[in-house]
Amino acid sequence: MTAQINKRVLREHFGIRARPEQVVVALAGNPNVGKSTVFNILTGLRQHTGNWPGKTVDNAQGVFSYRHTSFLLVDLPGTYSLLAHTIEEQIARDFICFGHPDATLVVLDATCLERNLNLALQVLEITPRVVICVNLMDEARKKGIIVDIKTLEKELRVPVVGTAARIGEGIEDLKEALWQVATQSTPGEPAPVRYSPEVEEAVQELSSALEAVANGPLNRRWLALRLLDGNPSILAGINTYFELLSN
Amino acid sequence: MGLSYTHSWLDIASDKAEEIRQRYDNRIADLIVNDLYSNAEEIARKAVISSRRSRGWDKKLDDILTSRRFGYPVMMVLLGAVFWLTIVGANYPSDLLALLFSRLQEQLTRFFSVTAVPGWFHGVMVLGLFEGVACVVSVMLPPMAIFFPLFTLLEDLGYLPRVAFNLDHVFKRCGACGKQALTMCMGFGCNAAGVVSCRIIDSPRERIMAMLTNNFVPCNGRFPILIAIGTIFIAGILPYGLQSAVAAGVVTAMVVLGVLITFGVSWLLSHTILRGEASSMVLELPPYRMPQVVPVIYRSIIDRTIFVLRRAIIMAAPAGALTWILANTYIGDFSIIVHVATWLQPLGQMIGMDGFILLAFILGLPANEIVIPILLMMYLSTGQMVDFTSLEELRQILINNGWTWLTAVNMMLFTLLHWPCTTTLLTVYKESGSKKWTAMSFLIPTVTAFLVCLVFTQAVQLLGLV
Repeated sequence: MTAQINKRVLREHFGIRARPEQVVVALAGNPNVGKSTVFNILTGLRQHTGNWPGKTVDNAQGVFSYRHTSFLLVDLPGTYSLLAHTIEEQIARDFICFGHPDATLVVLDATCLERNLNLALQVLEITPRVVICVNLMDEARKKGIIVDIKTLEKELRVPVVGTAARIGEGIEDLKEALWQVATQSTPGEPAPVRYSPEVEEAVQELSSALEAVANGPLNRRWLALRLLDGNPSILAGINTYFELLSN
Repeated sequence: MGLSYTHSWLDIASDKAEEIRQRYDNRIADLIVNDLYSNAEEIARKAVISSRRSRGWDKKLDDILTSRRFGYPVMMVLLGAVFWLTIVGANYPSDLLALLFSRLQEQLTRFFSVTAVPGWFHGVMVLGLFEGVACVVSVMLPPMAIFFPLFTLLEDLGYLPRVAFNLDHVFKRCGACGKQALTMCMGFGCNAAGVVSCRIIDSPRERIMAMLTNNFVPCNGRFPILIAIGTIFIAGILPYGLQSAVAAGVVTAMVVLGVLITFGVSWLLSHTILRGEASSMVLELPPYRMPQVVPVIYRSIIDRTIFVLRRAIIMAAPAGALTWILANTYIGDFSIIVHVATWLQPLGQMIGMDGFILLAFILGLPANEIVIPILLMMYLSTGQMVDFTSLEELRQILINNGWTWLTAVNMMLFTLLHWPCTTTLLTVYKESGSKKWTAMSFLIPTVTAFLVCLVFTQAVQLLGLV
């Protein structure tokens, strides 16, 4: 039932047609982290490009199979953040939030992990179904930077895979991790972002006003944070989403 | 699935969020972003082992250049130093060029007097066209040729993003985007280029705001006016050793004033016709690099100086000729210029200038570089014939035409704040695609210039300082 509704939202709101048994994976990342390389190496030539409905932002979808499961990989616009200050950020946020992909693959640049982690943390606040791909490991090695994948996994509490997509390194591990996350019935619990006391207080206070979403598909804490951001685009996004659901 | 949601809970929740936001002085959004980054920083610190050559000095330098305490003073000092070097360096070649052109003019005049060309031809060609171009080259070229390489060096060092970083919170408080600091830096070169660079601002509201206020940064066509007037008039009163430093201080003060007015106007706009809250942005602070001196000099001389100068000369030649014609065509007892200037006189005087200055600014609409040449030509054509070979003589011409320090300050204020040139206006039209915003980009600076000069002049006169 839920899966059917999700597919319908995907179709009507995002123009993405997934077959009923197909697993949908969103691909997110900062600009210039080799996101397209990861996309290409996973999907090969089975790609389809177009625009996001009603937007002039490119949209690419590709298909691949792993362990007899068909994956539909949706390439989101490259963004530094999901706080939705730009059309690109809004598209990426809305897709991860309302499109309910079975997994979200966040590609990070190993040579500047700190800046990239910002996006990863924002994705993890929306959904626990996340695989982190630390790409450009080869370049990092050349620069003398070593990313400790195990530590990163422990800190974030979601699967982390180190890759060098250009030379095909780590791609099988990536598929395995995606399959695990997309097919598991109960997702894990990522480490929460730690906020300063003032923010926590404000979230607590607002949470009571968000009882209505307590058991719904939206993450209450995340919604509280976004309302506190005061970005009007989230309200529009939620309204459209519930209109779709109540159809 | 809870499909029975109504929208009302969302409205209630967002009202509540608004109330909480207000209670925390609208700091929550910033805190959230800060916390996200410090989480990312902490995780990265644990997970990344870097044997890379330590970025220690980089970081230390950033800590100073972007600190609350030293950020602004360092900015001021650097800006002042750039202007000081420009002024000191420009004086000598400026005088030399002026002398050269005046010799050349003598030769030309002699040549014309032995050939049998009519007097009006000599007037249009030599006293109009040639003198206009000569003045543009000798007054405008030296500061440009020195300022541009210096500014490009700062850009190449990686300092400009730090400026944007320092100014970000002020822009935000004015409801503008922090990237505006970068578009303003572009404006130093050329306001039209500054307006084009506003594309880097994502939010349409903030982009329009940056376009409308870009003109408050003096472009290369205008800041030599500031330098010339500042040097000969404000600093001219002082003993020789101090002159350059004081002139640099005056020009820096003007630029700072322009920035302050940008903030004020942005704030006003974001509370009236461009209402809205400022958005956050990601600004990458690139590592500091040793600038490549030769390419920098090449780039700034070829790309900027020559290009800008060419434009100025193309505008100055016909404008010089036209001004000479207007100044020598008589209707009744007076030339056309005198008629128009007399008509503009009351308005000019109200804002502490005169009709000629105002007319020079109006005729300078195609390019601000030609304002001073036109003004000189108009002054010279009305009687007091002074051979202009140095800045000292420029000062004499101005004093003979009734200038006081108040006139000089108003001239500088008006230069800084008045309407953009036609190229900039056309660019605003192209970039915004709106006649309304183009009109605003003309009106906002114009009104500001008149208001500031009016208030300043009236205050000074009321206090009896002149």
